[in-house]
Amino acid sequence: MFKVKYFEVIRTSAVIVIALAIAFLIISLVSDQPVTTIGIFLLEPLSTKGHIGNVIEMAIPLMFTGLSVSLLFRANMFNLGAEGIFYFSGVVASVLAIHLTLNGWMHPLVAIAGGSIVGALLSAIPGILKAKWNANELVTSLMFNNILFGVGLYLLNYHLRDAKAFANVSFKFQETAHLSKIVPGTRIHTGLIIVLVLIVVAHLFLYKTKWGYELRMTGANREFARYSGIKTAKVIILVHLIAGFMAGMGGSVEVLGMYNRFQWSSLPGYGLDGALVAMLAKNNPLAVIASALFLAYIRIGADLMARLSDVPSEMISIIQAVIILLISAEQFLKFWKNRMLLKEAKEA
Amino acid sequence: MQNALLEMRAITKVYPNGVVANKAVHFSLCEGEIHAIAGENGAGKSTLMKIMFGMEEPSDGEIYIRGEKVKLQSAQDAIDRGIGMVHQHFMLVPSFTVAENMVLGMEPRRGLGFNEAEAIRMTEETARKYNLTVNPKAKVEDLTVGMKQKVEILKALLRGAKILILDEPTAVLTPQETEELFRELKQLKEQGHTIVFISHKLKEVKAICDRITIMRGGRTEGVFQTADVTEQEISRLMVGRDVVLKYDKDSPSFGEPMLTVQGLSVNDPQGKALLSDLSFTVRAGQIVGIAGVEGNGQTQLIEALTGGLKGVSSNGVVTVKGADIRDSDLLEIRNLGVSYIPEDRMRQGSAGDASIADNLISTRYRSKDMNKGIFLKGSKISSLTASLVEEFKVRCSGTAQPIGMLSGGNMQKVVVARECSTSPELLIAEQPTRGVDIGAAQFIHQKLLELRAAQCAILLVSADLNEILEISDSLLVMYEGQIVAYFENPAAVSEEELGLYMLGIQRQDEQDIRRAVNHV
Amino acid sequence: MNSLLSVILTTDFAFSLLRVTTPILFAALGALISNRAGIINIGLEGIMLVSALAGVILSAYTHSAWIGLLGAVLAGTMIAGILAFFTLKFKTHIILGGVAINMFASGGTVFILYLLSGDKGSSTSLASKVLPSVEIPLLKDIPVLGPIFSGHHILTYVSILSVFVVYYLLNRMSLGLRIRSVGENPHAAQSVGVSVIKIQYTALLLSGFFAGLGGAYMSMGYLSLFTRDMIAGRGWIAIAAESMGRGTTLGTALTSLLFGAADALSNALQVLNIPAELIATLPYVATVVGLVIYAVSETRKKNRKLKSPLAK
Repeated sequence: MFKVKYFEVIRTSAVIVIALAIAFLIISLVSDQPVTTIGIFLLEPLSTKGHIGNVIEMAIPLMFTGLSVSLLFRANMFNLGAEGIFYFSGVVASVLAIHLTLNGWMHPLVAIAGGSIVGALLSAIPGILKAKWNANELVTSLMFNNILFGVGLYLLNYHLRDAKAFANVSFKFQETAHLSKIVPGTRIHTGLIIVLVLIVVAHLFLYKTKWGYELRMTGANREFARYSGIKTAKVIILVHLIAGFMAGMGGSVEVLGMYNRFQWSSLPGYGLDGALVAMLAKNNPLAVIASALFLAYIRIGADLMARLSDVPSEMISIIQAVIILLISAEQFLKFWKNRMLLKEAKEA
Repeated sequence: MQNALLEMRAITKVYPNGVVANKAVHFSLCEGEIHAIAGENGAGKSTLMKIMFGMEEPSDGEIYIRGEKVKLQSAQDAIDRGIGMVHQHFMLVPSFTVAENMVLGMEPRRGLGFNEAEAIRMTEETARKYNLTVNPKAKVEDLTVGMKQKVEILKALLRGAKILILDEPTAVLTPQETEELFRELKQLKEQGHTIVFISHKLKEVKAICDRITIMRGGRTEGVFQTADVTEQEISRLMVGRDVVLKYDKDSPSFGEPMLTVQGLSVNDPQGKALLSDLSFTVRAGQIVGIAGVEGNGQTQLIEALTGGLKGVSSNGVVTVKGADIRDSDLLEIRNLGVSYIPEDRMRQGSAGDASIADNLISTRYRSKDMNKGIFLKGSKISSLTASLVEEFKVRCSGTAQPIGMLSGGNMQKVVVARECSTSPELLIAEQPTRGVDIGAAQFIHQKLLELRAAQCAILLVSADLNEILEISDSLLVMYEGQIVAYFENPAAVSEEELGLYMLGIQRQDEQDIRRAVNHV
Repeated sequence: MNSLLSVILTTDFAFSLLRVTTPILFAALGALISNRAGIINIGLEGIMLVSALAGVILSAYTHSAWIGLLGAVLAGTMIAGILAFFTLKFKTHIILGGVAINMFASGGTVFILYLLSGDKGSSTSLASKVLPSVEIPLLKDIPVLGPIFSGHHILTYVSILSVFVVYYLLNRMSLGLRIRSVGENPHAAQSVGVSVIKIQYTALLLSGFFAGLGGAYMSMGYLSLFTRDMIAGRGWIAIAAESMGRGTTLGTALTSLLFGAADALSNALQVLNIPAELIATLPYVATVVGLVIYAVSETRKKNRKLKSPLAK
């Protein structure tokens, strides 16, 4: 029989199955040709090189924010600020991409570094407020999302806007600032390599270094960490810096890898999606890869479905909501776990 | 007993984790009496009281009210049957007025609204009836502790309580407030109420209770007319050992003083003395035990020794290996070679979701053996933790298992393994075997004795008499923040004698106590 | 500066102030009720969005603005009920539950809109109804006061009335007493037989009810149709207003008005070349500042206690 230690895996799988079942149900209700539509939703993302490329392109920003949120959640910090930082760092990187003149490989490097550092510093503010005065990091980070969006939008509209362009977009980035494409026939860019390296580094950091250990212990039980001699206030500020750096890097990479101009006139949503990715990955850096790819896969599936059938792609946000509601539900399937525990106790 | 108002017969309570809190307990309450339940911590008083108030269901046994068998499944059931309870932690809403707190859950209405005038009237009426003066319009957060308690009593009375259970009501009161409470309780008794008074303060029990039920180790030790028993007799029944454990101890060889406390006094913000004028020494190779009923300053003493004095005004000197630690935090104290087994293994001693290995290295991952620069030495850590798990016989599926899935005894072994394996020069052990099975407890005791043989100084604070009497080389007794007795050969001290000091009936003279400084 | 004053000191400005405050006020009252019961509902933005759409759809199909309003309020209450079910029964984290509700709303409304109208941007093709505006007899003829207070949308009056209703509910009704006791000391409430879960359900449903009114106002008053993401952060401003208002009804109402003023001013201030985007961040900045001041003073208070601690 199943063991208790596989319980979380089983539970996550059950959530995904339920979410997909709901997707099928919605499609069946809405579509004239449900079977075909479900086929498109499930298979089309994997059907061509271009589509697989789309999935991976979409997964890149999700991995950045998923990783960022994972570390915060790991430290038991309930901070949803990745959203605003992702956006604002995108603006910062755009400014550097437009106004700097540098050679081909320095330019994106500098722009990304700029976006990441600004992200780290902005993220540190709720961290410091939390560590020093115990100000609720959730509320401050949510407020910061709106503040950063307002300021970013102001910069776009007043300082970066290209009056000659038809839409509300910035000037074009310098050619030198773009991240190069690495897989012909797709738009997959060097950002993929950056994020994969970052994930491996984060994994090593979390499980193999002193600081990662301090972070995990602070998150698992702050009282215990303090008792063990860990300076938990420092840890909290550090994790905010790192998480902000990662979210900021994500915004910068996304802008330079996928666009010619800065053109987000609303928050792109990757920060909150990052919370979903982190939850699916159980705050485990390596698992972020799989969970970001899964989320990207169903999203591209929905996009393609919208293009090729009569079901709009917004269905996906219903599915995402279901996943979040169930995956964070402590009591969901708990009765089953208790039954397993009881059985194991009897056998032992 | 013809007129037993409430009777509990053969009550047994086994908690899901296997702890047996009550074993075939009998309790009988007569109408119109003040009945004390006395016993040490862990004697089963609170469990019995929770069962009486419907907060816990007994695993076995029966409850009768006025001869009628009842089942109390919730506090509401108990309230409906005229039982009221005053909890030690007050169940009041701080921002509400007295009147609002009084009627919460049974609010008088007028049309759609809450009838505040009626609530005030009800409060005043109840207060007048029982002669307990309160200001119905005052906010509870502005009240003194004594006043809050009065509100709690009135709350129960308003709900028609004929039986009042008071859980250590005097623990939070000043002497004046205690006197007033006693006056009020006597008055309630005259008006026909029956009161269950839970306490381990014998003077108070003698002062106002008619009868006393003594509990020990989850059983009833006897029921007496208070007037017929002496404090000495009560204490002999309360304080005792069920099984005497014996250990083979090497003859002591004491070294240099490792911990020295001289004239340590600390007051709380209100100026009440928490610790007064403590002086003692713990030498290398010596185990000094501190006995006492809980809440007599042991917690505060441990806090003072583990970094709690930083930024606090105190008198006296505390040194570890000659270094003053009054301005040090716990990490700095640990770096002097101090280990600390905390009282609460769930809250402080471990991180439940983290692995056994992670829990084992929390106080030593900084040391050079465990890391190279910022990187931890993974293989070193796994071999160390694996050998610790083996040495301390922790029953688990591997060092990667989350510690939270272990039983209490095994979890405590992990905590002890962590603290004892760093070759400490001073170990502060706070209730090191609380709530663990007898096998694990004996194992932990052996480990402490091994450390002692290796010339570690150990300060052992415990409410477990077996432990404290058998393990310690010398013994201090604390009562109300002071050291009231010092014994050089604890194994020879009788439990009766110890009880007299623990319960504040006796006190050694100053010179005897002072011997704790030099152990001569 | 004069030009600014000449914009602000007009009856038109005062009128528009009440107009833009209405949705914020409704949602802030919703936030207030759930917060007082100890649960922070960050799904208000999403609840308002769903209600706005429900109002449009129902009024279009029934040709009655009133049935539309009823539908909007029911939809808001229902979404709050789903949130309550998951958080109170399944123990989903309340914040993540709120995030889920918002995600569901922003995509789900577009999904449904598209299915019904074939348009993803707005509900122009649906002939939805609008709730009426009301001229108040006598008052409308008084100079200055008349143009400011008369002729508003009916829900604007309802929102003002709601302030009194919520005040009465929280401070003068036994339900309010119970809500506050559950938020402040659930053990105390439980010990006298008040069901904490039941009270929290009630509070969340009420917060959904008021957010639903706010949503209905957006699509059947403020505008006369539904557009994608039309709540545009008002749910968040409401949470900020409740937080700045320190959990009191009056404070919440006044902060809502203040934040409404920031909204109304954003146009006026453009006269002074202060960009609207920055003005829009003012409520959030104010909330962060307020929160920090509060947190610092709390820490100071606690530290003073710790200065001579060792007490448990």
